[in-house]
Amino acid sequence: MSDYPDPRVPMDPALLRGLTQRRLSRRDALKYAGVGAGSLGLAAFLSACGVKGQAKASPTPSTFDFTKIYGDGTPAGVLNFANWEAYIDVDSKGNSPSLKEFTKETGIKVNYKTVINDNDPFLAKIIPVLQAGQDTGYDLIVITNGGGIERLIRLGYLTPLDHKYLPNWDANADPKTKNPVYDPGNKYTVTWQSGFTGIGYNSKVIKTPPTSFKDLLNPAYKGKVGMFSNNQDLPCPALASLGIDPNKATPDQWRQAAAPITQAKDAGIIRSFYDQSYINALENGDTVITQAWSGDVFIAAASKDFGGDGFPEMKFVFPQEGPIYWHDNMAIPLHAQHPVDAITYMNFVYQPNIAGMMADFIWYVTPVPAAKDYVLNTLKDPTVANSPLIFPSADDLAHAWQYKAFKNTQEEDDWNSVWQPVYSS
Amino acid sequence: MAAGVQQLAKPKTRLGKRLAPYLLIMPGGLWLLVFFLIPIVFMLSVSLQTGNLEGGFAQTWHFHRYIEVFQQYRPQMVRSFAFGTIATAITLLFGYPLAYWIAFHGGRHKTTFLFLLLLPFFVSFVIRTLAWQFILADDGIVFGTLKSWHILPAVISGIAYNFLPFMALPLYVSLERIDRRVVEAASDLYANKKDVFLRVIFPLSIPGVFAGILLTFVPAVGDYVNASILGGTNTTMIGNIIQLEFLQNFHYPVAAALSFILMGILLIGIFIYARVLGASSIEEYV
Repeated sequence: MSDYPDPRVPMDPALLRGLTQRRLSRRDALKYAGVGAGSLGLAAFLSACGVKGQAKASPTPSTFDFTKIYGDGTPAGVLNFANWEAYIDVDSKGNSPSLKEFTKETGIKVNYKTVINDNDPFLAKIIPVLQAGQDTGYDLIVITNGGGIERLIRLGYLTPLDHKYLPNWDANADPKTKNPVYDPGNKYTVTWQSGFTGIGYNSKVIKTPPTSFKDLLNPAYKGKVGMFSNNQDLPCPALASLGIDPNKATPDQWRQAAAPITQAKDAGIIRSFYDQSYINALENGDTVITQAWSGDVFIAAASKDFGGDGFPEMKFVFPQEGPIYWHDNMAIPLHAQHPVDAITYMNFVYQPNIAGMMADFIWYVTPVPAAKDYVLNTLKDPTVANSPLIFPSADDLAHAWQYKAFKNTQEEDDWNSVWQPVYSS
Repeated sequence: MAAGVQQLAKPKTRLGKRLAPYLLIMPGGLWLLVFFLIPIVFMLSVSLQTGNLEGGFAQTWHFHRYIEVFQQYRPQMVRSFAFGTIATAITLLFGYPLAYWIAFHGGRHKTTFLFLLLLPFFVSFVIRTLAWQFILADDGIVFGTLKSWHILPAVISGIAYNFLPFMALPLYVSLERIDRRVVEAASDLYANKKDVFLRVIFPLSIPGVFAGILLTFVPAVGDYVNASILGGTNTTMIGNIIQLEFLQNFHYPVAAALSFILMGILLIGIFIYARVLGASSIEEYV
C-alpha cells in the first residue's frame, strides 16, 4: 500500500486523541478494515476492466480556451472540497475560520469533506468515474506529488488552471514551490502544504545528533531503525544520501542505492518498514532513529497542552545531503461542476493572513512564506513561527530534493520493481 | 385417469410444490450469482488481461502471467502458508482445551463463557490488532520483560489471537453434541481418562476440528492486517502483496492472478484434506 506523507495534525486534542493513537485510528481503520480498501479496490477494478486506453493528450494551457471552463469568471456559489483529515484550521467548535472567511468574502458556500485517507485508494475511487467521463462530485482535491498527481496529469484528468485567476499565488507563493518538476509551469496544480522527509531520533538514546541519511544504516542502532514503506520516502533519501538527485538517477543508480538498504535489512539493522505508524514506533521505543516527516516530529515533540504528543526528546534533523521536500497539491478534477469557485479558493489561500491562520493549525510547511509574520505578530505564536519545520530557512531548503516524478507508467513500474522488494518482502 | 383428475383438481398446490425448492433457493442463488460468481468470472478475465491504467487493459489471455507472478512472489506465498499453518496449529492447541472445558465443565454458565469468547469480536479487528502493537512495543507492557520475542512470532500470534474464536466455536459445538452416555459407557467399560479422551471424545470431535481448521486456516493465509500492523522486515504476506499490486501499483491483472493462485492452492489443499478426513464430516459441520 502506498503511504504518502500523512499530513494530518491534531488541532483539538480532545477530538483527535481517543483511545488509540490518531494517525492509526483514521487512515488505517479505513484501509485495513477491508471495507474501505476492498470495496474501493473492487469498484476500481470493475470499472477499469476492459476499459480501452484513456490516456489522451492533455490540453496545453497556452493554446487552450479557458473561457470554455471558467466562462466569464463568475462563481457558481458552491465549492465541493475534498481534503485530508485534520488538514485545515479548526476552531473550538469544529468550524474552520479560514473557510468561514472565504464564504464571507466571496459568498461561496463550501462543502468541506475530509474524504481522502490515502492517495491511491482515493484515486482508485475517482479514476473510474473520470474514465467514464463523469464529474467526481469534487471541485477541488488535494493530492500528493510523487505518484498520484503525476498520474492524474498523465491521464489528462485535471482541469488546466487559468493563471489570471491566481494573482495571489503569483505574488506570494514560495518560489521553491513554483514550477515543480511534476507539473512544469503549474499548469494543473498549486501547492496546498509541503513537508520534509528527514531524520527523526530519540535524543535520550542517541546523544550525538545524526547528520546524514547514512546514519540510519549505523550498526550501533541495530534493530532500532525505522524506514518508510513507500516508493518515495524510502528511495529518495537512499539516493540523496549518495548525492544523487532522485529525478536524475539512472536505473543502475536506483539499484546501487537500494543495495545498502537491503543489506541493512538482512543484517537486522532495520526493524521494520513503516507507514505513518513509524511515529508511534519512535514514541513507544521500538525505534530510536527513523526516516520521518517534519510535521509529525513537531507534533510528537510538542507538549500536550500545545496539542502535541509530549515527547520533547524527539528531534528532527535536516540531513546534510538535504531533506526530501514533498508537496500536497490542490487541483480541479476534469468535469468539475464549479471550477471558478475552486480556482477562487486556490487564490484565496495564498493571502498571507489566510495562509498564516492555516499554518498555525496544520503545522506543515505553508507555501506562503509571508504567513510567518502573521503567525508571529498577529497570532503571537512564536513556537510555530520560529520552527524550521514549519517555516524552514533558505539554508534548510538549499539542498532539498524533490520526490521522483515519473515520466510514464513504465518508468514507475521499473522504479517499483527495484524498491518494492526492499520494503515489502 | 383418476390420478389425472386429482392432478387437475389441485394444480396450484402441485405447481407450488414443484416450484417451492427453486423459489426458496432463488434469493440465495441470485445473491451468489450477482455478488460471487460474476465478480469471480470477471476477476478471472482480468487476470488474463495485459495493459496498464493509462493505456487501458486488453484481454490477451496471458496465461503465462500465473507462472510469472508465482515465481515473483513465491517467498510471500510460502510464508503465508507457513504462517497460516502455524497460527492454525496454535489456535487448535489453545482452542481445544478451551472448548472442551466450556462444553464439559461450563455448567450453567456456558453461555456466559461463550459470550466472553466472542466479546473481543465486538471491537474492530483493526483496533484489536493495534492494541497488540501497543502491548508488544519495546517499551510496552509485555516487551519490557520479554525482549526475546521477535517480530516474526508477533504476526503469527496476532493471527492466532484474531482467529481463535473461529476455531473454538465449531470445536465447542462438536464437543457439546457428544452424547454423555457414550462417555459414561466408556468409563463403565474400564477405559481410563486418557483412553476416554483419545478413543471416544476426540474421534467424536473430529468434525469440529475439521471445521475449525478450515475456518481458521483459509482466512489466516489471506490475512494482511496482522502483517502490516505487527510485521517487521521479511514478514510480508501474500495478502499484503495483493493489496499493494491492486491499490498502489494498479496492476489489476497481477493482483487478480495472485488471488486465483491463492484460491487454487487453498481449494486443492482443502480437497485433499477433506478426502483424508472424510467428506461426511464436511456435510455434517460446514
